[in-house]
Amino acid sequence: MPVSLLCAVDVYGRVYSLSTGGQQWEQCRDAVLEFKRVTAVQQCCWGIACDHHIYLNVHSSDVPIRYQEETFENQRWNPVDNFSDRLLPSDRWQWSNITGLEHQPLDSFFLPSTNWEWEGDWYIDENFGGEPTEKEGWTYAIDFPATYTKDKKWNSCVRRRRWIRYRRYKATDTWAKIPSEGHSGPLPDPFNDISCGGWEISEEPRGRLSLWAVSLQGKVWFREGIHHHSPEGDGWEEVSLPGEVVQISCGPGDLVWAVLWEGQLIVREGITRDCPQGSSWVVVDSPNPEAGAIHVAVGDNVVWAVTKDNKVWFRRGINSYNPRGSGWIGMVGEMVMINVGLNDQVWGISCEDRAVYFRQGVTSSELSGKAWKAVNVPRDGDIRSHSSASSSSLHSAGCFFSGEVRAQSVMSEDSDTENGPQRAVLEGATTAFTAGPSIPEEVASLREAEAKSPPPVLVLSPSLSGGPGDPQWSNVDLEEAQTHLAVGPAGVRGDAADTCSLSSVATYTLCQEEPYGADEHPLWAWVSGGGCGVDCHSQLNWFNSATALASSVQSMSLSISPAQTAAWRKQIFEQLSERSKREMDNFKHYEQAIEQSVWVKKGTMQWWRDWKPHKWVDVKFALEQFSGPEGNQDGILFLYYNFNEEKKYLHAFINEVTILVPVLNDSKHTFAIYTAERTKQRWPIRLAAATELEMHDWLALLSVSCCDSRGIQGPPSKQALWSVTCKGDIFVCEPSPSLEACPYPTPCDQMFWHQVGGHLRLVECNSLGVVWGVGYDHTAWVYTGGYGGGFLQGLASSTDNIYTQTDVKCVYIYENQRWNPVTGYTNRGLPTDRYMWSDATGLQECTKANTKPPSPHWTWVADWAIDYGISGGTDREGWQYAADFPTSYHGHKTLKDFVRRRRWARKCKLTTTGPWQEVPPIPLSDVTIIPCGAQSSVEPIPLWAISNKGDVLCRLGVTLLTPAGTSWLHVGTDQPFKSISIGGANQVWAIARDGSAFYRGSVSAQSPAGDCWYHIPSPARQKLQQVSVGRTSVYTVDQHGNLWFRQGLTPSYPQGLSWEHISNNVRKVSVGPLDQVWIIADKVQGSHSLSCGTVCHRLGVQPMEPKGQSWDYGIGGGWDHITVRGNSFEAPRVRMPSVTPSLTTSLTDPLRPPPTRKLLSFGNTENGNAVRC
Amino acid sequence: MADDKDVLRDVWFGRIPTCFTLYQDEITEREAEPFYLLLPRVSYLTLVTDKVKKHFLKVMKAEDVEEMWFDFEGTPLKWHYPIGLLFDLHASNTALPWSITVHFKNFPERDLLHCPSNSVIEAHFMSSIKEADALKHKSQVINDMQKKDHKQLWMGLQNDKFDQFWAMNRKLMEYPTEEGGFRYIPFRIYLTMSDRPFIQKLFRPISPDGHTHTLGDLLKAVYPVAISNDDESKRYQVVIHGIEPLLETPLQWLSEHLSHPDNFLHISVIPAPSD
Repeated sequence: MPVSLLCAVDVYGRVYSLSTGGQQWEQCRDAVLEFKRVTAVQQCCWGIACDHHIYLNVHSSDVPIRYQEETFENQRWNPVDNFSDRLLPSDRWQWSNITGLEHQPLDSFFLPSTNWEWEGDWYIDENFGGEPTEKEGWTYAIDFPATYTKDKKWNSCVRRRRWIRYRRYKATDTWAKIPSEGHSGPLPDPFNDISCGGWEISEEPRGRLSLWAVSLQGKVWFREGIHHHSPEGDGWEEVSLPGEVVQISCGPGDLVWAVLWEGQLIVREGITRDCPQGSSWVVVDSPNPEAGAIHVAVGDNVVWAVTKDNKVWFRRGINSYNPRGSGWIGMVGEMVMINVGLNDQVWGISCEDRAVYFRQGVTSSELSGKAWKAVNVPRDGDIRSHSSASSSSLHSAGCFFSGEVRAQSVMSEDSDTENGPQRAVLEGATTAFTAGPSIPEEVASLREAEAKSPPPVLVLSPSLSGGPGDPQWSNVDLEEAQTHLAVGPAGVRGDAADTCSLSSVATYTLCQEEPYGADEHPLWAWVSGGGCGVDCHSQLNWFNSATALASSVQSMSLSISPAQTAAWRKQIFEQLSERSKREMDNFKHYEQAIEQSVWVKKGTMQWWRDWKPHKWVDVKFALEQFSGPEGNQDGILFLYYNFNEEKKYLHAFINEVTILVPVLNDSKHTFAIYTAERTKQRWPIRLAAATELEMHDWLALLSVSCCDSRGIQGPPSKQALWSVTCKGDIFVCEPSPSLEACPYPTPCDQMFWHQVGGHLRLVECNSLGVVWGVGYDHTAWVYTGGYGGGFLQGLASSTDNIYTQTDVKCVYIYENQRWNPVTGYTNRGLPTDRYMWSDATGLQECTKANTKPPSPHWTWVADWAIDYGISGGTDREGWQYAADFPTSYHGHKTLKDFVRRRRWARKCKLTTTGPWQEVPPIPLSDVTIIPCGAQSSVEPIPLWAISNKGDVLCRLGVTLLTPAGTSWLHVGTDQPFKSISIGGANQVWAIARDGSAFYRGSVSAQSPAGDCWYHIPSPARQKLQQVSVGRTSVYTVDQHGNLWFRQGLTPSYPQGLSWEHISNNVRKVSVGPLDQVWIIADKVQGSHSLSCGTVCHRLGVQPMEPKGQSWDYGIGGGWDHITVRGNSFEAPRVRMPSVTPSLTTSLTDPLRPPPTRKLLSFGNTENGNAVRC
Repeated sequence: MADDKDVLRDVWFGRIPTCFTLYQDEITEREAEPFYLLLPRVSYLTLVTDKVKKHFLKVMKAEDVEEMWFDFEGTPLKWHYPIGLLFDLHASNTALPWSITVHFKNFPERDLLHCPSNSVIEAHFMSSIKEADALKHKSQVINDMQKKDHKQLWMGLQNDKFDQFWAMNRKLMEYPTEEGGFRYIPFRIYLTMSDRPFIQKLFRPISPDGHTHTLGDLLKAVYPVAISNDDESKRYQVVIHGIEPLLETPLQWLSEHLSHPDNFLHISVIPAPSD
């Protein structure tokens, strides 16, 4: 679970945030300003300060917000000047936008506000549709507007080139003022309430947000144009209203509710992708006719409200079709305000003690939750020591509540003389609290509450309040202690101390009237959970203050946990091994008291029959386990079936099983057992258990037996090969030393794979044991060093290092329609047509109702929604048109189109466990780690990644102890990227989204991010898809499944010369530290069947022959990804004293250029001889 | 970094080399050779000494044989204590192999329970597990198990099948994460020099204010004498499975990893050797 923040404002206007991983409120240190209200989302926080202006605080990120400005320089050829900026009168501007219609000289570009800065100067873009242009970047055409080419021809009369410049948003982690300008000048009155949300309405443009604001006069304003590249938005637009609004709330989706002065509520209707501000209001009556509503909070599917009597109400029956809901339910608790955060989680501020409360037990099936629980953590000031600011604002609180004006002035003088700046805080706090007519209820209720409630000052335990060594806690003592401390650091002068104690006496009298003496008890005014990603499974440490200090020390980093390094643990391990030595080593010849016997486990299952007609038949299944001749565990699997009334059986030796693959689907709990022979046939033993539990019991048992029989225990080695199936299951294989031997490597189909818990889309590793994965939802994960997890429980799993892992993916179905002349497009197709609701192929019927999540482990987390992001584009309703099914679809209707389809997506979520920990916060689409020798000591370890938005990132601080690293370094590119790989000598290659390849120059340990990109032309007419770089070899895969090898790489020219075609039928490639080449092949034919997605090994790869000769086929049938970059076992024959040192040094020293071919060829001759002799 | 799972294996596969000699007063037809055996620390004497019995019966007449029992240096050995515990308690600082005397006569009725068959051991073992689970989970886990699951636990111990035993026993070691441990820790503290067989009290793994209880906390609460002060020399050894864990070892961890198969943490407090 990534760390996220809950934001809150206390009654003095100070903004605090509480991290889901932390245990104390951290004050927003920028606070020159006091705030009335804040509304947080994940990437930023909006607030209304006491000056009634709106401020924006964008959280800083390793990837900066940068916007690419572009303009085009246009030229025309004439016989005199050749190409020049002298254009024809009918031509476009010399400097224009891409269409040529707007005049855009370089000096017409300005920064949108003072919150932006230019990254550099203008420069020419030399990439033209994935192809590098000539140095000047010109592209040629016959005339404007026309098709441009990068080559100058005899008839090229005009040319143009593209200039680009980046600007960067710089006002991160600080409160930037948003001018209150409408379309026609400044807004008439100041702001009073604000609410941010709406990011689920549309993902276009990226990071789009809706911001609603209410002015003091009760008008509602909508902020336009907020998205990732424009965090501040463009301007305010007034929204017409049926009355005067006091407060508004906007959910993550299309839910917007507001409260009217008269106490009714209004609901915004007509909010859609195209119209995020909605179209009309509908009035809903207050839950209680006597007491009108004063506050409303909405989430995805919930509405909570508070009435004047502080009662809390929950609205029944809210969904996207019915944003009004159906009725109110009264809830327990009295609150002054409520906020709904992510996942419909609810936060409130209690009217009694002004504490922040969390609604426990809110789940998608029980949106109203179970009970309120107070967030009970200290503030950072409380722990450090009592800051002077807190003691002075304490005074102001007392003063304000008592209404003792005189005392206040005394106090103000006091603080004036002592430390000036506090004055501002004090006054600000008061303004914050008397903030106009908008919150009279709050103040009134607060007073009431105070009058009623007993003094809450002394309930805090000394450990929480953390005053240094002052055990007696009474009001007076507390006051004195605080004031002394306040002046203490500044140097205690005798007279100053005197004044302090005087003032504390003065305060004491006030405190008798108003029990809010001690500042220990924070009084909250506002809370916002819009950026706080908790759900009902989250483990929060916010509710038990006793452990706060102890465990706040625990670091979030992935270094080895304290429990593992603790002395007691070490002692036990050491003593146990001593004991074994003492008691057993000298007595091994003694007889064992218990003889080992055979242990049989039996069960019934269904088996997918080997012969036609294939069908599921009932079988008896038994596993016989026994001790092998050398004391190792072994076993045999038996499968008893009836054939023609005759009893027969099938068996498999446990030590011959190469892999167990769970194939869970929604109808059967099946798994497949492969042996080398079965892999050749592409026909495993397929079995189905009666229940999921039974299947997992069997899989766990079989998995342990298989591992035992092969002597595999504990976590995967650093050399292990990792692979991922299309179901997201993760497998590892311990490579035998002869896996890369030449000419006789271990056959691929004999490799033994075993499963590791978790769910990933891809995994990458290196031989130092650093392993990273990326989930289907693009979350980055780092391997923790454990094993097991998922269904591998108990002995098959480590106890430490196993964490909860979640993944989210979409299930897609298609709605198909055909046009007819009478009614237009309808869901009545021709009899020959596909189903009107189908899968992508059209062969399977998939309706919204009957489509289930991919397996019982997945649960729906959202409703069906139209997917506008499908390739080919869509119209405004998501439709794609075509002449007929099945052809290529386009996003607009033409005369020739008779059918149309649109894609619906529904998100589902998986929760499992595995040895993985999340690396927040940037989602990734690719990752690569430097391949190197197992003994090399490269630290920090170079690791590069591509974010899911296509940014290239370089990870800093990756070491063996902190494999997760510390932070990202953003590496600028002119377009989004999709694949990246780093080689053994720091050579970084990457593929851009347009299919072109790039080489990063000058990457070294000193300059981990390198200096610039070199554009490498792709193979002719091919768009590259993926790249992998080994020790020296560079391989790429293009979109048509061709595998390419880069020719002519030398240390002096690391970009190489050309691409050489190696093979087709390739989905992915992984090149390892020995330049070994492994792929996922698209289709492989076996003797019984065909498998798609098969692990294959390139045979005959040698230093002189890096391209190899042929493929060896391994495990297959749904494999999506493999990495062999951990395996640096040189085949035994390479271990020649004359060769190895030179190879190793070149590998371990990242500064040295890659070993030249010459060196390698020398090595090869010797090796070759050695083999032949 | 070794994993905690290795501790379970080490505990299970702990063996004590033992030399069985027939008591001198037993009547034999010819001289009885001593019998050497590796005894599993986690098992019970009468469960693993079939071979011993067979060996000595070869030299004895059937009419001279009554129920077999054992002593170490004159102390009768209780079969219903795990073997490792007997060794730690009585013989931990003696030379190996452990020398046990075998008797076939004069059964010490006052000191030992009769053990006519393995089903008695099974009953004792299962009742211990049930008692432990009552302490840990209010018996919820053990009661949710089926008869065959109980059998699997017992068969695992009887046949020395680590995987078979732990496949079931891990369920007994689970606890709700939010509670941070078992309800009470099933433990027994044995003293060599006391009349009481052992000390057993209710003790939680987590203190009311949320701190983790350690082995030291337990001893302080239950048997403070065992803890020596800083200024004096060590008087007692606190031994579990032949090792002395540090006093700051969390009790919950000990209970999960160093309990015997009967799910109890058997702790021996023995006088420190005075060398």
